[in-house]
Amino acid sequence: MLRFTVHRVLHVIPTLIIISIISFFIIQLPPGDFLTTQVAALEAQGESLDPAQLEALRIRYGIGEPFWVQYWKWITNIVLHGDFGLSFQYQRPVSDLISERLGLTVLLGLTTLLLTWAIALPAGVISAIKQHSPADYAISILGFVALAVPNFLAALALAYIGFRFFGQSVGGLFSAEYVNAPWSLARVLDLFGHLWIPVVVIALAGTAGIIRTTRANMLDELHKPYVTTARAKGLPEGRIIRKYPLRIALNPFVSTAGWNIPQIFDGEVIVATVLALGTTGPLLLGSLRSQDMYLAGGIILIIAVLTVVGTFISDLLLAAVDPRVRFGKA
Amino acid sequence: MSLSFLRSRRRRRMAPVKAPRQLAAVTVEPSEMSEPGAILDIQNLRTTFRTDEGEVNAVDDISMTVRRGRTTCIVGESGSGKSATARSIIQVVDNPGLVEGGRILFRADPDGPVYDVAALSETGDGIRSIRGSQIGLIFQEPMSSLSPVHTIGNQIAEVLELHTELDERQIRERVIAELEAVGIPQPAERIDSYTFQLSGGMRQRAMIAMALIARPSLLIADEPTTALDVTTQAQILDLLAELKRELSMTMIFITHDLGVVAEIADDVVVMRHGKVVETGPVEQIFHDPQHPYTQELLASLPQRDVPTGRVAPPEPQSTPERVEVSGAVEEAVRHEETAGEPLLRIEGLRMEFDSVAGTMFSRREKKRIVAVNDVSLEIAAGSTLGLVGESGCGKTTLGRCVMRAYQPTAGRIHYDDGDHAVDLATLSTSELRPYRRLVRMVFQDPYGSLNPRMTVREVIGEPLRVAGIAQGSELDDRVESMLERVGLRRAMASRYPHAFSGGERQRIGIARALITDPKLVVADEAVSALDVSVRTQILELLSDLQEELGLTYLFISHDLSVVERICDRVAVMYYGNLVEEGPAASVFTDPQHGYTQALLSAVPIPDPRLRGTRPRIVYRPDEAA
Repeated sequence: MLRFTVHRVLHVIPTLIIISIISFFIIQLPPGDFLTTQVAALEAQGESLDPAQLEALRIRYGIGEPFWVQYWKWITNIVLHGDFGLSFQYQRPVSDLISERLGLTVLLGLTTLLLTWAIALPAGVISAIKQHSPADYAISILGFVALAVPNFLAALALAYIGFRFFGQSVGGLFSAEYVNAPWSLARVLDLFGHLWIPVVVIALAGTAGIIRTTRANMLDELHKPYVTTARAKGLPEGRIIRKYPLRIALNPFVSTAGWNIPQIFDGEVIVATVLALGTTGPLLLGSLRSQDMYLAGGIILIIAVLTVVGTFISDLLLAAVDPRVRFGKA
Repeated sequence: MSLSFLRSRRRRRMAPVKAPRQLAAVTVEPSEMSEPGAILDIQNLRTTFRTDEGEVNAVDDISMTVRRGRTTCIVGESGSGKSATARSIIQVVDNPGLVEGGRILFRADPDGPVYDVAALSETGDGIRSIRGSQIGLIFQEPMSSLSPVHTIGNQIAEVLELHTELDERQIRERVIAELEAVGIPQPAERIDSYTFQLSGGMRQRAMIAMALIARPSLLIADEPTTALDVTTQAQILDLLAELKRELSMTMIFITHDLGVVAEIADDVVVMRHGKVVETGPVEQIFHDPQHPYTQELLASLPQRDVPTGRVAPPEPQSTPERVEVSGAVEEAVRHEETAGEPLLRIEGLRMEFDSVAGTMFSRREKKRIVAVNDVSLEIAAGSTLGLVGESGCGKTTLGRCVMRAYQPTAGRIHYDDGDHAVDLATLSTSELRPYRRLVRMVFQDPYGSLNPRMTVREVIGEPLRVAGIAQGSELDDRVESMLERVGLRRAMASRYPHAFSGGERQRIGIARALITDPKLVVADEAVSALDVSVRTQILELLSDLQEELGLTYLFISHDLSVVERICDRVAVMYYGNLVEEGPAASVFTDPQHGYTQALLSAVPIPDPRLRGTRPRIVYRPDEAA
């Protein structure tokens, strides 16, 4: 196990280096840079910037320098000092901007993930066991409807319902009076009062895929001879399903569980933007639009790193769960 | 403390607590059994499968009686309903099957109550208390019938957790003892292994241990040896007979192999199309069959002359005598030389594979597996060479080397048909192209080897089109006349493979092989997946075609009776080595090599009178290798 882990880590390092270069390259791709965007915005408002001042800024951020120099400055600061640079737009360190949103983002991501699984896995299993029954059709239809309705639309509808019938403020994760208040029980309750809308919207949209996969996997496994063997031993039906086919049908989830880590972090860009949630999602979108390259690069890099780490965790989990993988037979 | 409390609560939830009440409801008078000595009495059983195309009666109003302490064999070809009958008894028929009507009277104890198990709910506690504890079931394919992600110990222990009050430590001891009883070496270690870490024979032994650990009074074995090699089959049959005697069980044994029936049955039930066509003691079925179908089945058997004598059968022994032989595997025993010019001459052929051994956490240990080790063979033009051996012996690898699906590691494959003389082993892919139509292959699986999205015309015509030999109406014409030649109709050319039966598909496969006018045909287990009656027809077709077209066959099979019937010469392989080669008649009547002797002694003889008359020869290779 140790050898395998070390081996995998050695694979991870070059992957990460390449990913960091690519993310830096991508955020540099759009024509122009942050300063020209800023100047344009200022000019649109009828103001102008002194060329000398502009040049000073340019040198300070190293914008005129070649790609590799900029990249090297950026990445060494991140690795050695945990310094992701300064956000041009906010004029604050990127790490501060991200960390102050991290708590809510992870809370939203985790709750969503757990709710998705709590709904989708049992629904998929039921729909497989009762194939072609009304329950199966009902589950499938609901799943598809949830998948087909655009997230932002559902978010708007639910926000309206929350506003109209529960008197909640639209958008954000806190009511106005709690936004800048210190943590208290009332503030937590207020948070949960707002949290349910994005959680339900995002979770429901995610269920359809998982329901279909679980159903298909279960249908494959349910008719395997080893299930008949288990039945012939006299095991109760519920236990047969939990111990044998479900165990194997869940393998695809174990092997993709790690991919959810970056999803938890990116905070569902569109829904979060529509509902004006204080998560990293809107931050990323805003930074991309304003070419705030250190902020965007930092977020993209973290998401990429989490993807690699998540995949790595999945590999280890799958080996732990499935002996066929552990012994190299599948 | 708290953990063991939880465990006992879980056990109680698993245990069939409502069983007594449900069983009481289906108790019937013992006098309703058609025979007092019966353990199982099936009366007018109907099991149907509800499909989109309507109902299929898999078991159609059958009645049979299984007498206590005896072995009842149910024989029939695929689709005869034999398996559905067995599964109906404990109501584990595969979806969408359903026991529709009839009674199944079961009396576990000679003086105990009689239950109509067909009347029990299929998921209720009543039937669950009988499954596993009073009726054990063994399935055909031990690999797929056991869960791949649980250890065998875990799966066997479950039966005891369910049906006994033993604690965890006692259960583990019982499982280890049971694994030892079914002949698994080092049971204390093997108990924690997974199915893929065991050989086929060991897996089936584990399955038997699972079926027997709760000491059922009735054991149902559903084709338990079909997926096994013939020597392994012999061992498993011996084991089952031994256990049945020791545990004084009754056994229902389902098989399509009449040889196996002759070896083990006391009573025989012959089934066809969901109906029982004939029942009787094994002696009568084999020597005085009444029904035409039974006679037909028996006629399809190869008539093997057994030197131990037909006239006066010697005293049958209760256990076959075991004789151990040994011999070197490196040296091949050669009978007299081939007559005639060889079409194919294989010299010192060697094929190695890299294998990644060990777990994924210690991946570096690469092993080289020698699948074919220095094999030399000749096949005379126009003759048939049978290549026999058990799974993993390298016979398929050798066939694929001849096809050049593999690039041999070393050795020569001389091909010489008069016009072309060449060493196939060293040709490059493009140089091989002209020989691709001269050396053709017929595959084992008639279902997997035909593309379901191509019509028969496309399937058969493809080799010609690819080789650029014919196209358009000429191509169609050749395909259609080839269809006729293999016994199909011209009009079938536009159908898709799914519209054909297994035997017809194999004819299509043969047509595809022969369409390019080949000289050499490699038939890899070409009839192994077919029922006996169909198998006979395909073998006849192959020999007719050989005569007409002057074909040469390399016939690879694990089935010795088939090889004996159609081959001129036989080559026996064992773990990559050629151990014996010679004319079929002399290899079969006078085997020289220890392994050949062991192999032949393991083949069941389809005559119950000869049961137990032959010593069982067990081969042990010399350590020197």
